[in-house]
Amino acid sequence: MKNRYFKNVVSLKLDKSRCVGCRSCLEVCPHRVFELFEGQSRIRDKDACMECGACAMNCPTDAITVKTGVGCASAILKSIFTGAEPSCECDNSHESDSSCC
Amino acid sequence: MDNQNCSCTNEKKRPTAETTENPDCSCRENQPDQVINAVSCCQMLPTQPSGNTVTRAGRNAHWIIGEIDTPIGIVPVIAPSLNKKDILDGWKVRWGINRMNYKINPGLYGMGSPDQDSPILVSCNYKLSFDALRKELTGLNVWILVIDTNGINVWCAAGKGSFGIKEIVARLIGTRLKEIVSHRKIILPQLGASGVKAQAVFKESGFRVIYGPIRARDIKAFLEADMMISDSMRTVSFTLYDRLVLTPIELVGTIKQSLMIFGVLLLLNFVVKEPFGLIDVGAYVGAVLTGCVLTPVLLPVIPGRAFAFKGWLLGLMGTLAIIAFSHQTISSGISLVGLFGYLLIFPAIAAYYAMNFTGSSTFTSHSGVQKEMRVAVPGLLFSIGAGGLLLLISHLF
Ligand code: SF4
Ligand code: SF4
Repeated sequence: MKNRYFKNVVSLKLDKSRCVGCRSCLEVCPHRVFELFEGQSRIRDKDACMECGACAMNCPTDAITVKTGVGCASAILKSIFTGAEPSCECDNSHESDSSCC
Repeated sequence: MDNQNCSCTNEKKRPTAETTENPDCSCRENQPDQVINAVSCCQMLPTQPSGNTVTRAGRNAHWIIGEIDTPIGIVPVIAPSLNKKDILDGWKVRWGINRMNYKINPGLYGMGSPDQDSPILVSCNYKLSFDALRKELTGLNVWILVIDTNGINVWCAAGKGSFGIKEIVARLIGTRLKEIVSHRKIILPQLGASGVKAQAVFKESGFRVIYGPIRARDIKAFLEADMMISDSMRTVSFTLYDRLVLTPIELVGTIKQSLMIFGVLLLLNFVVKEPFGLIDVGAYVGAVLTGCVLTPVLLPVIPGRAFAFKGWLLGLMGTLAIIAFSHQTISSGISLVGLFGYLLIFPAIAAYYAMNFTGSSTFTSHSGVQKEMRVAVPGLLFSIGAGGLLLLISHLF
């Protein structure tokens, strides 16, 4: 069974007019959010996005915007108390073989 | 300490200039007197140093099995398999022991007998990740460029910025890789992409970034297929095993809170009429286990989207089971007030720990977790507060 999170909450946006179809976003996205359609990228499965920002970072024409942030409740809780930006304090939580090579 | 005392006898032969922590070592040049034999102390070879050392592996790095001479100096060769110590240390780390200090010295390493045409894999200096990588490379001849991420894995380090353009470019230039290989390509783990702009690395270092597969075990196939990659190699998973190995650290994280709670219950037992007993402690431990282990393990099959809800649901089922059990074993059963207290407090505890697991999952977005928390945090606070009060009342009178 597949792990799914909420629908329609993700901040990912793709400006089609800027896309030159270089495929970078398809290559870096770990959740296959994009697909190539008629020589351009389009969003295939928006709800699968975890807002890591890899696509926006590697798009040569800045066609993608996404509000990045940690998807971690304890980091967000902590930031509420400290007032700082939530940051991944739970280092190495993604330590399984699959998440790091 | 990662480095344990070695029982070898020729300890005094060890060069004194050697240090275990030397993050900048790779950029130093012309130190013919300080050259280290990058083999573990037990196998110290009495050979004469033949050139510069590109990477200082650290004195007790038992996973170094030799060295390669390159045009710019000696590069340590790493073992393609893990020994007992690697495996044991890895499990300690999973239980939280030495977790934040499980690192290796950054720099260039070799696997097999790499030459000027061999591919370059970039990795972080968290040893658990490094081990996961090298055990998949048996039989390959590759260079491994280890970036200084402060002992943090690629994904987290990319999010924090330590696995980023600056570090990678500095390390590429510092190790003078251009003089070792004839090609201009480096392979980065795909999960590092959120911290790296491939075009910028190319501009600043002349090396083209290729994002390799997510899982270390796909690297061999990726290299053998001329760096062609399949969709499944590009997609992150969160398998039962992935979730299971993360549960120990979740449990360890609850120890402090739990001990405090037990302490408070013990003190309360001096004043209350009906002392807190095994059922209460059992229900609490059950709730923690539900949130930290059971929910993560069953994650995709539990109904609902929010982690807190999934934890709450399982917690509720567990609490009902415990209530039923206590009614069968204790003749008087639990009072009605206590029963409501139970139903309010224990599912909420499970929900809280389940919610914390969002940080370990591989698919939750920041916006999504915020949405979940807007409902869950006030709800859980109220539930635990009210439940605690009811429970106290039921024990006081
Ligand atoms: S990275 Fe940017 S330009 Fe390239 S395909 Fe994706 S959206 Fe288009
Ligand atoms: S932010 Fe990350 S998960 Fe979302 S579309 Fe971009 S690369 Fe994919």
